[in-house]
Amino acid sequence: MPNKRIYLYPVWIRLWHTINAILMVLLILSGLSMQYSNPDYPLIRFDLAVKMHNISGILLTVFFLYFLLAIIFNWAGKYYRMPLKEFGDHIFKQVKYYTVGIFRGDKPPFPVNEQRKFNPIQLLSYNAIQFLAIPLVIITGWALLFPETIVLDFFGYSGILLTSLLHVSMGFIISIFLIIHLYFITVGHSVTANLKSIVTGYHEVEEEDTLAARTPESNTTLDKNNKTHTKNPKT
Amino acid sequence: MAKRFGFRKLKKTAFIIATTAFSLISFFNLSSQNEPEVQDEEVSFCLSCHGEETYEISDTVTGEYAKLKMFKELQIDLLKFRQSTHGEFKCTDCHSADFEEFPHPLSAKAEASYLCLDCHGDDEAYASFHFETIEEEYLKSVHATEEGDDFSCWNCHNPHAYKLSDKTPGQLGNRIAENNSVCLDCHGNVNSYYSLIGREKTDLIKSHDWLPNQPLHFSRVRCIDCHAATHDSILVAHMVLPAEDAVKNCVECHSTNSILWGSLYKHQAMTTRNELGFYNGMITNEAYIIGANRNYYLNVISIVIFILVIIGIAIHATLRYIYRHKRNAK
Repeated sequence: MPNKRIYLYPVWIRLWHTINAILMVLLILSGLSMQYSNPDYPLIRFDLAVKMHNISGILLTVFFLYFLLAIIFNWAGKYYRMPLKEFGDHIFKQVKYYTVGIFRGDKPPFPVNEQRKFNPIQLLSYNAIQFLAIPLVIITGWALLFPETIVLDFFGYSGILLTSLLHVSMGFIISIFLIIHLYFITVGHSVTANLKSIVTGYHEVEEEDTLAARTPESNTTLDKNNKTHTKNPKT
Repeated sequence: MAKRFGFRKLKKTAFIIATTAFSLISFFNLSSQNEPEVQDEEVSFCLSCHGEETYEISDTVTGEYAKLKMFKELQIDLLKFRQSTHGEFKCTDCHSADFEEFPHPLSAKAEASYLCLDCHGDDEAYASFHFETIEEEYLKSVHATEEGDDFSCWNCHNPHAYKLSDKTPGQLGNRIAENNSVCLDCHGNVNSYYSLIGREKTDLIKSHDWLPNQPLHFSRVRCIDCHAATHDSILVAHMVLPAEDAVKNCVECHSTNSILWGSLYKHQAMTTRNELGFYNGMITNEAYIIGANRNYYLNVISIVIFILVIIGIAIHATLRYIYRHKRNAK
């Protein structure tokens, strides 16, 4: 049972995460309404969907920039660094855990601690979404907002069509990520543990998983934002 | 002054020579009448005034000259005329022979112009154009019902420049611009609109401010695509609707059954087949319409991926539940 809780999600990241989640849902719903517009069964009326998508897209850009600046100035970028060496092996271990170990009740191979918020699969997917899919969807979205900036003809195909295909494809990938991300809320110490973490900022960990327990000397290098609080075991 | 007089004299001499030559040719009805050079001669003669910004007219009694402005409506661009559908004609094929008199008699000016059906009506050679249906549709249009005899084919179709639009791929933008320029000749021109309708024209930017991406809509869609009712048998809609009946519901265009397939893209829809699995694939090279262009394969792939993800999550969650239950039971 987890007997310690560490402060992993400061206010700035929880604020960004919440707003990002709301905007994503609005963007996906309005995007689907436009892409699969149907006069008989409109999910959201087309003109409203256009307005909703445009406003949400602009806000998403603002909050993405906020996220970038925040991770730079809070030195949170370290959590997103992918170790090139043995990363494939780490991914394999994590995949094995999610496909076999999790059912047996094994301990996660890369438990959360003060220095490691994300396991290798989270690291890979968050980086792909945050630094590839989101920037691409933002850039193509702004281009579609100002279509006069797009080349008319790209090797015989409409530039707007290709931009839109990229935009919609990235939107789809982000939607799939969102579904899996939502499911992974339940993959914590308890079904609601992860949800509580992102609301309160505190993540429940086992004492032996913490950095202090593993490498006591590295306590001095802890991020100043990462406060640790010992929690009394319930039993 | 003397130089100017000399020029006038020269012009007068040229005019007399040209008139005499033309009269002789007409009189003898030479077999060469249909040859292009004869047509050229007549057309060039008429265009010596109608091809210029100004023309000179003389008083037959006093011999005095006056230089007058040739109104824009009466000016003809020779190059555009020659490239037009009727560019092989000579002037008197359509206009009264009385126009050969100079200055033109009032009786000739008062004569009614030929309209499309006067030549093309009930003609098998032009059956595919459905001129009769075009007229029926036009007569129901707001132009005919509101303006009556003040409006005719020629208000929109310049007979001296009209040609079939270029429907080759890559020309869509030009086709839209040319088509819209016909409407804008009146609806975008304060003077033209006032002289025909008798009231101030609507501010088009303001009246279309509800359109998202207004410049894009203006450059990628024709006015008639929203402002005219389509008809199955004619390629270009002629039943122009009152402004309040125009299309204003986004999904009429932005959906797989977009009305644009029956109007702007009708030609492509009739002559090409879908490519690369795109719904409405015929337009993918030249335009993109949100909600109307969908790729069949991408649709299928995305639905399959979505279903697999949901199934995967469901299996994973169920197995987690079962194994946890078993572990707890132990």
